[in-house]
Amino acid sequence: MTQPRPEVLQKLTPVLTKRWLSPDAWQIGVYERLDGYLALRKALDVHPDDLIQLVKDSGLRGRGGAGFPTGLKWGFIPQGDGKPHYLVINADEGEPGTCKDLPLMTYDPHSLIEGAIIASYAIRADRAFIYIRGEAVHAARRLRHAVQEAYAKGYLGKNILGSGFDLDLVVHSGAGAYICGEETALLDSLEGFRGQPRLRPPFPAIAGLYASPTVVNNVGTIASVPYIVLGGADWWKSMGTEKSSGPMIYSLSGRVVNPGQYECGLGITLRELIELAGGMQPGHNLKFWTPGGSSTPLLTAEHIDTPMDFEGVAAAGSILGTTAMQIFSDQDCPVYNTWRWLEFYHHESCGKCTPCREGNYWMVRTYRRILAGHGTVADLDTLQDTADNIFGRSFCGLGDGAATPVVSTLKWFRDDYLGYIEGRTAPRLSEKSLVGAH
Amino acid sequence: MTTVEFSPAAEPLAAKLLEPAREILARYPAGRERSALLPLLHLVQTEEGYVSPGGVAFCADILGINKAQVGAVATFYTMYKRRPTGEYLVSVCTNTLCNVMGGQEVYDGLVEHLGVGHGETSADGKITLEHAECLAACDYAPVVTVNYDFTVDQATPESAVELVENLRQGKEQTPARGARICSLKEMQYQLAGFADPRDGAVADGVAGAPTLRGVRLAQQHGVAVAGFDPDTPITKTKPARAEGGLPPRTDEADKPVEAKPEGKIASAVKKAATAAKSAAGAVADKVGEHRHAGRTTDTGDVKDPEVRAAESRNPTGDTPGDPATTSPAPGNPAERAGVASNEPAGDGKPAGDTQRGESIVTQRNAEQKPATVDPNPGWQNVRPGTEEEK
Repeated sequence: MTQPRPEVLQKLTPVLTKRWLSPDAWQIGVYERLDGYLALRKALDVHPDDLIQLVKDSGLRGRGGAGFPTGLKWGFIPQGDGKPHYLVINADEGEPGTCKDLPLMTYDPHSLIEGAIIASYAIRADRAFIYIRGEAVHAARRLRHAVQEAYAKGYLGKNILGSGFDLDLVVHSGAGAYICGEETALLDSLEGFRGQPRLRPPFPAIAGLYASPTVVNNVGTIASVPYIVLGGADWWKSMGTEKSSGPMIYSLSGRVVNPGQYECGLGITLRELIELAGGMQPGHNLKFWTPGGSSTPLLTAEHIDTPMDFEGVAAAGSILGTTAMQIFSDQDCPVYNTWRWLEFYHHESCGKCTPCREGNYWMVRTYRRILAGHGTVADLDTLQDTADNIFGRSFCGLGDGAATPVVSTLKWFRDDYLGYIEGRTAPRLSEKSLVGAH
Repeated sequence: MTTVEFSPAAEPLAAKLLEPAREILARYPAGRERSALLPLLHLVQTEEGYVSPGGVAFCADILGINKAQVGAVATFYTMYKRRPTGEYLVSVCTNTLCNVMGGQEVYDGLVEHLGVGHGETSADGKITLEHAECLAACDYAPVVTVNYDFTVDQATPESAVELVENLRQGKEQTPARGARICSLKEMQYQLAGFADPRDGAVADGVAGAPTLRGVRLAQQHGVAVAGFDPDTPITKTKPARAEGGLPPRTDEADKPVEAKPEGKIASAVKKAATAAKSAAGAVADKVGEHRHAGRTTDTGDVKDPEVRAAESRNPTGDTPGDPATTSPAPGNPAERAGVASNEPAGDGKPAGDTQRGESIVTQRNAEQKPATVDPNPGWQNVRPGTEEEK
């Protein structure tokens, strides 16, 4: 393992992850000693519109994948409409590769709660929900405990800190459906229905939870807010790039020496991140990687110097997504990996729209055939055709995400497919898998 | 809520779960109790370890919806089990990254050791095994959870077998990053939204090295973000709430605003509310027209579940605001045309679907016979000419 060079170390920006070093920061007393709930006091002192402007000025963009400007989203909430407004926090972290929200909620839950109170005040909501992934039990345990503490201290409930502002916050556990990470499916699920996406428009800002104006934000987005309130927009913009400001938690996993969470300014490159992570594992050479979870088009070794911000990754033909970088080497097979992702998308397809429901079903079977050594060259055309018919024709992003690894591996690694078809590569799946033993 | 009449199937559970169920319902706004369905289903599993027919009936009775509606939700989500489960649920991540890092071998090893497959329970009733999709801990791959708490990181087939043997024999097993192990049923209580009743469990589990790697590196090398001043002022263009800058919050549009002396903001509020109301009224009227076209009025309380669902989402059938003007307009002309021709119905779904459904029903009714009382005119089920055969 090599030590990262000093100039690369300087790219670390410990902001959201900083409190993780204090093992008891999940307790309100410790949190308060570490600048906790200072931002809330400051925020309650200004008009909500000024807070929205502050967030707009900071250039904060959504950390859940799409990178939509947060201040703009808040600004869409119609004010003075007499309707209840809601803040819903998307904590349904489940995008393969993504593992930044769970530690944040487990080790620093109050930062999310404080951000939620400030955001609710800004959009004038008196109810907020944290929709947390069901499987995230320890994070939920800590969050629920933190919510109780916040109520006891008067940060939640009626007349928060004497400001006249009321807020109730409920931590709502999901039940194991990846699709509920899609914001409108999440709202349906929170309303007690099957988590299936809704047609947009109307957007949640107009008709979201209970058909009322709703802001849906990711955990990382909301947890960033207290820091912006404290440090100001200019300080926030001192990190990252011009159009992608601020720090981002990059989740590195796979064939690196030290997988883990690395918080750096947006725009760092994979080369630098791998250096921070101690390099590639011995005997492994970078072959392909996901810039932001499995739903973002794969990149290859030639993209190692791509700036990891919204614009840079888009220019390379992919999406920044959740900055969940799964790193694979020349010892990993892109065909096998894509098959496994597809099993996932097939399992998680909600069944609402035909391209995703049927397309994934058939693509999975085609992959099993190829990996069992029975594939033909025509299968590759079938895959391409199926993926093209899913992409852009599905009801929500899940279908697009499923088509993504297929299209990108066919583009970059066609020869790996041909290896199975022409018998150069030993089959990875047994005959058993062809009869639906999964 | 006052009293609920439970069906015989639901009674045994109702006797035990009514109190916590009421607590769950109270978390959601009045009239929006259906939101409690997911936690209620978790609650049902605290008693039975799975969602039994009695559990479905219990949820249906308490929410005033039918069992099919509950069943539709219960079967959609992976964490609602449809068969009785063991004392512990052991999940092995076999999604791509964990898979190639050894998760598949771990899972295969457990399948062989326990002699059970996915979703099955060992003969002694202790362990239910499943392969899971990404558990959001790729930096610890491959991972194994017990009752969803992270228990074994960087698992190997050996460490996983040791884990299940410890669980079976009641030996102590310290989870890697989760809380001390409880039973799956006890965990469901927390999933239903209640605090962990075990003293100190919330403090369990320390952050592992991968989680802290980046921030530790920064600490070791003295890297920090410069220029952070928590007293940085926020530009104020308006007086804050405390100084009387905001109008008092109104809970519904109907609340009279006239009573107060009208400032600039108050009159703007009133104007907006009236506009929203009339727009909403127009939409509601339209929705009403479609809904009743070619259909006899409901007699009694028999309602199309879809209508009931739509109503429970949005009882007044209105849609706030005018989406064409208030939501961001799509950039491309085709999308704009789509938006314009597809105004939202009261339940947030496109009205186009309803129109189509209604027109099919109308057509069918006109062609075939005078409308009879058909409490369930779901157009998906309409097969012309087969009415008599049914």
